[in-house]
Amino acid sequence: MKRLSILFLFLVFAASLSAQDDLMNMLKDSTKAEINYTTATFKSTRVINGHSVQMMAPGQLDVRISHRFGRVNLGAYEFFGLDQSNMHFSLEYGITKWLMVGIGRGSYEKTFDGFAKYSILSQSSGARNMPVSVSALTSIAATSLKWADPTRTNYFSSRLSYVGQVMIARKFSPSFSLQLTPTIVHRNLVPTELDPNDIYAVGAGGRMKLTRRISLNAEYFYMINSKKYMSETIYDPFSVGFDIETGGHVFTLLFTNSLQMIEKGFVGETTGNWLKGDIHFGFNISRVFTLKQ
Amino acid sequence: MKRIVILFTISFLFLAANGQKFMTKNGYIGFSSHTAIDDIKADNNQVAAVLDISTGDMVFQVLIKSFHFEKALMEEHFNENYMESDKFPKSTFRGKIINLSSVDFNKPGKYDVTVDGDLNMHDVTNKISVKGTIEVVQGGVNASSKFNIVPEDYKINIPGVVRDNIAKTLEVTVTIKYAPVESK
Repeated sequence: MKRLSILFLFLVFAASLSAQDDLMNMLKDSTKAEINYTTATFKSTRVINGHSVQMMAPGQLDVRISHRFGRVNLGAYEFFGLDQSNMHFSLEYGITKWLMVGIGRGSYEKTFDGFAKYSILSQSSGARNMPVSVSALTSIAATSLKWADPTRTNYFSSRLSYVGQVMIARKFSPSFSLQLTPTIVHRNLVPTELDPNDIYAVGAGGRMKLTRRISLNAEYFYMINSKKYMSETIYDPFSVGFDIETGGHVFTLLFTNSLQMIEKGFVGETTGNWLKGDIHFGFNISRVFTLKQ
Repeated sequence: MKRIVILFTISFLFLAANGQKFMTKNGYIGFSSHTAIDDIKADNNQVAAVLDISTGDMVFQVLIKSFHFEKALMEEHFNENYMESDKFPKSTFRGKIINLSSVDFNKPGKYDVTVDGDLNMHDVTNKISVKGTIEVVQGGVNASSKFNIVPEDYKINIPGVVRDNIAKTLEVTVTIKYAPVESK
């Protein structure tokens, strides 16, 4: 009899176990496949200097302050560049899921700039499979230096330059993302007739997570225009840096051969040569505030 | 021998009675953290849950990415840094009402219950026992509960820099409105 009751208990127990599995299966059957969007392809809206595919979420304000110091090869007298400083700050805001705008000001040539960035595709898996995220950027920059020659007729349009850019990125794994960035820069006025008004470039940027909060980023823009005959020796910008994330901040500590922090500047106006040590130390600070929930 | 037959008949009946199931796909689970510095709250209204009233079995299934926060950045950190929801997209609970006899599913009213079971999240399974309420209403069953969990029990590490912003214990709220499932 004892044995039988054990058997009975066992039966009930087995029944209840399988019942829970059955219930779980009911849920599995009923859950429809969902679209699983990839998040955080990059930790901030910039890879290093250039924009990443990442958007500011709606209602969020990103306050960014960036510095680039002088060239490290200036030596001890200039404290390896740290005595000189070039800065850019901007306010950037997410309007909808697919649109963000920003305005900024940089000390280099006293430049004001504004941009709009649109999200076109979002990488996803599940119910909809999309291998890449795609965003597009349009921006305009206006220098505000005093005219070099005030006696001649100067046009405001001479101060302007425009950028069009497409960011195509894929997060290959939780710790590795890669981006390609075809870019056009149009400058209304160039220093000499040797310099092209339109600059074509293709950028490549990547991010590799080292820990949960620190990632190694690198970015390179290849200029398609021949650099041979320009009035000044121009180099392709290459930057490498670390994203360090703490709560609402992202700090980027970086080394780059370009002094400027906007597209119009680092694509086509970079005069530093990595091989000669024309490297600038710099940082970006991004602080995000939630204005609207 | 007679007894054995009776026992088997009962157990067979018991199995056969497994048909009375209640289910939802839009249950609610939320959690909150209170510290002097920050109040953090997240809501998930896409909880799938089944209750078998004949056995007291309860299962829950939650997609981690369906938790929504007030701040988009918090949601990103929750998924990226804490729950690693790309690796561990789901959390499940399998449990049983241990005092099923104190609930009369034929009589509308509120009944206090205790549910024991296994909570799995972030690839860690822990046995938990929570107190809750079953409310039998016209055409359905509601279940609700409030209990605490400790993120560290689920190998969710909160680093020093934000340690003061996130409470050591999170309060979890569960509100489920079940509807009967037509038996096949």
